[in-house]
Amino acid sequence: MNPNYYIALAGILFTIGALGVLIRRNAIIVFMSVEMMLNAANLAFVAAARETGTLDGQVAAFFVMVVAAAEVVVGLAIIVTIFRSRRSASIDEPSLLKY
Amino acid sequence: MTAALIGLPLLGATLLLLGGRRTNTWGHFLAVAMSASSFFVGVALYIQMLGRSAEERAVGQHLFDWIAVGTFNVPFGLHLDQLSMCFVLLITGVGTLIHIYSIGYMEHDPNRRRFFAYLNLFVAAMLLLVLADNYLLLYVGWEGVGLASYLLISFWQHKPSAAVAGKKAFIVNRVGDVGLSLAVMLMFTTLGTVTFQGVADAAGQGPSLKITLIGFALLLAACGKSAQFPLQSWLLDAMEGPTPVSALIHAATMVTAGVYLIIRAHAIFDLSQDARTAVVVIGAITLLLGAFIGTAKDDIKKGLAGSTMSQIGYMILAAGLGPVGYVFAIFHLLTHGLFKAGLFLGAGSVMHGMHDDVNMRHYGALRTSMKITYATFGLGFLAIIGIPPFAGFWSKDEIISAAFGQNYLVGLATLIGAGVTAFYMTRMMAMTFFGESRWEDGVHPHESSTVMTAPMMILAVGSVFGGLLLKFVGDIEAWLEPVTGVAHPTHPISAAVLIPVTLLVVASGAGYAWTKYAQRPVPVVAPTDVSILTRAARADAYGDAINEAVFMRPGLHLTRALTWFDAKGIDGTIGGVSAAIGGLSARARRLQNGYTRSYALTMLGGAALIAFVLLLARL
Amino acid sequence: MSLTALMLLPLIGAVVVFALPAGRDLLAKQVALGFGLVVAVAAVVMGLGMDKSNGGLQYVEKYSWIPSFGISWGLGVDGISIVLIVMAAVMVPLVFIAGWNDVENAGRGTVKGFFSLMLLLEVFMIGVFAATDLFLFYVFFEAMLIPIYFLIGRFGGPQRAYAAMKFLLYSLVGGLFMLAALIGLYVVSARELGAGTFDYTALTQLHIDPATQKMLFLGFFFAFAVKAPMVPFHTWLPDAAAESTPGTATLLVGVLDKVGTFGMIHYLLPIFPDASKYFAPAIITLAVISIFYGALLAIGQSDMMRLVAFSSVSHFGFIVMGIFAFTSQGLSGSTLYMVNHGFSTGALFLVVGYLSSRRGSKNIADFGGVQKVAPIMAGVFLLAGLSSLALPGMSSFVSEFLVLVGTFSEYPQAANIATVGIVLAAFYILWMYQRTMTGEPSQEVSSTVNEISKRELVAIVPIIAIIIAFGLFPQGLLNIINPTTKQVQSTVQVVDPAPAVQGLASTEGSGS
Repeated sequence: MNPNYYIALAGILFTIGALGVLIRRNAIIVFMSVEMMLNAANLAFVAAARETGTLDGQVAAFFVMVVAAAEVVVGLAIIVTIFRSRRSASIDEPSLLKY
Repeated sequence: MTAALIGLPLLGATLLLLGGRRTNTWGHFLAVAMSASSFFVGVALYIQMLGRSAEERAVGQHLFDWIAVGTFNVPFGLHLDQLSMCFVLLITGVGTLIHIYSIGYMEHDPNRRRFFAYLNLFVAAMLLLVLADNYLLLYVGWEGVGLASYLLISFWQHKPSAAVAGKKAFIVNRVGDVGLSLAVMLMFTTLGTVTFQGVADAAGQGPSLKITLIGFALLLAACGKSAQFPLQSWLLDAMEGPTPVSALIHAATMVTAGVYLIIRAHAIFDLSQDARTAVVVIGAITLLLGAFIGTAKDDIKKGLAGSTMSQIGYMILAAGLGPVGYVFAIFHLLTHGLFKAGLFLGAGSVMHGMHDDVNMRHYGALRTSMKITYATFGLGFLAIIGIPPFAGFWSKDEIISAAFGQNYLVGLATLIGAGVTAFYMTRMMAMTFFGESRWEDGVHPHESSTVMTAPMMILAVGSVFGGLLLKFVGDIEAWLEPVTGVAHPTHPISAAVLIPVTLLVVASGAGYAWTKYAQRPVPVVAPTDVSILTRAARADAYGDAINEAVFMRPGLHLTRALTWFDAKGIDGTIGGVSAAIGGLSARARRLQNGYTRSYALTMLGGAALIAFVLLLARL
Repeated sequence: MSLTALMLLPLIGAVVVFALPAGRDLLAKQVALGFGLVVAVAAVVMGLGMDKSNGGLQYVEKYSWIPSFGISWGLGVDGISIVLIVMAAVMVPLVFIAGWNDVENAGRGTVKGFFSLMLLLEVFMIGVFAATDLFLFYVFFEAMLIPIYFLIGRFGGPQRAYAAMKFLLYSLVGGLFMLAALIGLYVVSARELGAGTFDYTALTQLHIDPATQKMLFLGFFFAFAVKAPMVPFHTWLPDAAAESTPGTATLLVGVLDKVGTFGMIHYLLPIFPDASKYFAPAIITLAVISIFYGALLAIGQSDMMRLVAFSSVSHFGFIVMGIFAFTSQGLSGSTLYMVNHGFSTGALFLVVGYLSSRRGSKNIADFGGVQKVAPIMAGVFLLAGLSSLALPGMSSFVSEFLVLVGTFSEYPQAANIATVGIVLAAFYILWMYQRTMTGEPSQEVSSTVNEISKRELVAIVPIIAIIIAFGLFPQGLLNIINPTTKQVQSTVQVVDPAPAVQGLASTEGSGS
């Protein structure tokens, strides 16, 4: 199969994820969108690895998965804490870290 | 020995200033003793000097190297020659008399000790001025007397007018000092030396333009110190000081320093006709201006101050005549020192008796109640208007004669000056001692104490015999010849004609004043319906008004504008730059709005930009 | 006695004073004064021990510091730097005595902090004059800012924070340009010598091409002109002087600012001779402007501290003018001027401090008639003022006249114009005296201003004695300074212009 299709799919997924991060206010959705962007990158890595016939891309994909898992743990913990204190998961609410 | 002349009064001043209140009771005696011992040292040196032949009379004393940088080498050296000797005796002699007089005059002043300290300081500085052997050391004495003059004019500092007058004297003198500075700098760069001897030796080889410039610069210096036009305005205000100060500093000694400077630098003036002409013109203007101002003053001290200006104008004019005039300038300087000091002390005595009133319109008929003052003042009066055989006649007549030898216009100026002098002095005499009494209520004139009248009597004797002694016994012309050079004056008008003419002019001036002020009653309040000339003379010929309009007011405006410019312009620019940076930062800070989404968008934008640039680069 | 030891002494003093327990104010003052006096004596002894036949560096010591960049801990003094070090060391204990009680009621710092910072400042002052390694000089040049920043910012008047920050920023900007030029100089030396160096003697022997010289010269000159300060980089000085305590102002204007003019004569002229000659006419013009600008603004001030600060701007104009005239009189006169100005301005600042601590105001208008209630105070004030207006017989006259005569032989117009400046100097000093000291005292003045105290006299009398002594015997200092200025002249390759008349002996020889 033409690897370009995989790359294009990865691009589409990444764009959807990026739009989700920018547009949605619910922290959980934003979070899921970030995951989607990461997975889009993974897809591109694997496709490229397949194309070149080396293992580098696959190794990178594993790294991303591990980092994503760690990030989920920390990120969800923060979201839960914020939700507890504010009764809301909107990311526009906690805009205290500003000028 | 020469150094002791300066050292003694300097020691006196130091002791009195540092000693504080402990010396209050005997301080004035110490000051008198120091001044008198300096005088005796001077007399001893004079006798020594007489014992030597004319060529060997000048002695130098190198004390130490003062400043030496590269080729600029100035010794701290003293030089006592016939010219300096004249001044030494005048300064210490008249100075001591005035010290004694001041014991009485300042008897009730709480700061009498300080007064005597300043007087001693003045004597020391003036002696340094006339004994220095180079122009830079002369400068030290020159400003030293300026400082003493400043301190003494503003001695009664609680009076704002006195404080202002002192400051004015110092600053106007500083304008003159600029001339002295420039002269010394020019001497060094042109002639390579600043000692009197070195300058005199090298001047002949200097470029004539530079020599003329040095002459002009020295003239500026002389104008400042000797209150010559256009720097004359400070002298009238200087009368704010105690009267002994006016007598010593602003009549007999300090104000004649300009004459000394010109004659000391005669090597320069001998070479430059232009510089000499300038000196004569300045002298002529001032002698007429001073006399003119003297005619309208009701303040007895200011009248005498105008007279001083005028008489120094005579000396400066004589000095500008070149070798024919130098001797007569010094001759007149010495006789003037005697009779003018006497006149001022007389005026002080009158003021003392009249409760410090200086307005002559409140005087009158004092000849009966103040007999000694009347007699001594009268003798001084005869001396100044030039009646033979009193002191002033001998010296002034020589100047008039020499002036006619130079130029008829100059001669005419001196002749008119003599007439006006007779007028204002007779007016002063008449208003003070003759006519009916116009005393204020509660004023009971009385003669001053002996400690004050004794110096007046000695000076009166000097006014009578000073001229005769100097001319015939001291033979001043031969005495000064080694210093000033030989001259063969030309007399286009013989003495047999000139002396009667001069006396006639003097008599008519005096007679006019007598009819106007002695035979007619003098109004107690100065009349206001007077001619424009009188008004100008009362306003010191508008000297202050001109200074005010040309220098002071534009200067203050400039200062104010610059202060504004400094705060708004320079500091404002720098403040503006920092404010702009601060403002920009405040704007930029707004980008940190706390919304995660906007940060994410910025990140995306940045990433997209980088990707775009990379793509572009690959293509 | 080595220079390192001379720097260690006040450093130990600073540490000891700072380590004293809080509340022991009197002990802190006494210890600080003790160290100050020891340093002063040591510095004077070193000054007397100078070899007057040698214009080069003496008391040289050199230890490798950062060898890979050719940086060393190099100290040494020549005739110019030693007189400035001695002046600084003598001023410090006098400032301590004069400011004995100034700190308790000023700002928010502690007494021991003040004296400790002062001693620390002294360390850097000695270092900046004694450094023979340009990098070390730069380090001290910048390090000086730290104690001064705190001295102004913690112990000053109501606007102290503004003044301290302004001072710091101006100095840092100047220092930044200098750093850039310093790196440039290092690169040039590396290119020319093979290995880069910051050593003073090595750098003076470089032959830098004129275009590079001009660039590097401007970098250094800007830093020194800000420090000196020259118009138009002067506006930090009046603020800093007016807001700090009189003691700080004395050291700031009297000693620290001399680093600028010292840098010009010690670094700019020998290292960049061609550029110095190229820029000299422009700098002399700027100096003449400074003389008049400073004097006119001094006339316009209503605050005594600011007035003295502006008079210093005028005086610094004279110093810079003398330096860039390149004549021996100008160079020696300027060096002497730096010393004399330290003393005379110091005396003025201290007396103004005495007055303002009594009356609680530095405004001229708040005074008047002081002479009647405190005659000795007025006398001291007048003496300090007369020294500032360069009255003949005082040391400042000798230096001012040397500067003028030195400039006159090279730049007659500049000297002519500058001479008029002496009239303005008389005006601003005497007018201030007239407005503060003469007249009848007001109720406030007679109730607050009392006579000068014994302690205050102890601080001011030595300064005035020095001023008068060096007015009569300036040769003692000039003998130390002259060999070095001669050496500077030979490095720059200039000679004094000869007078038009070559002395009688030579003209007779040529037969004219």
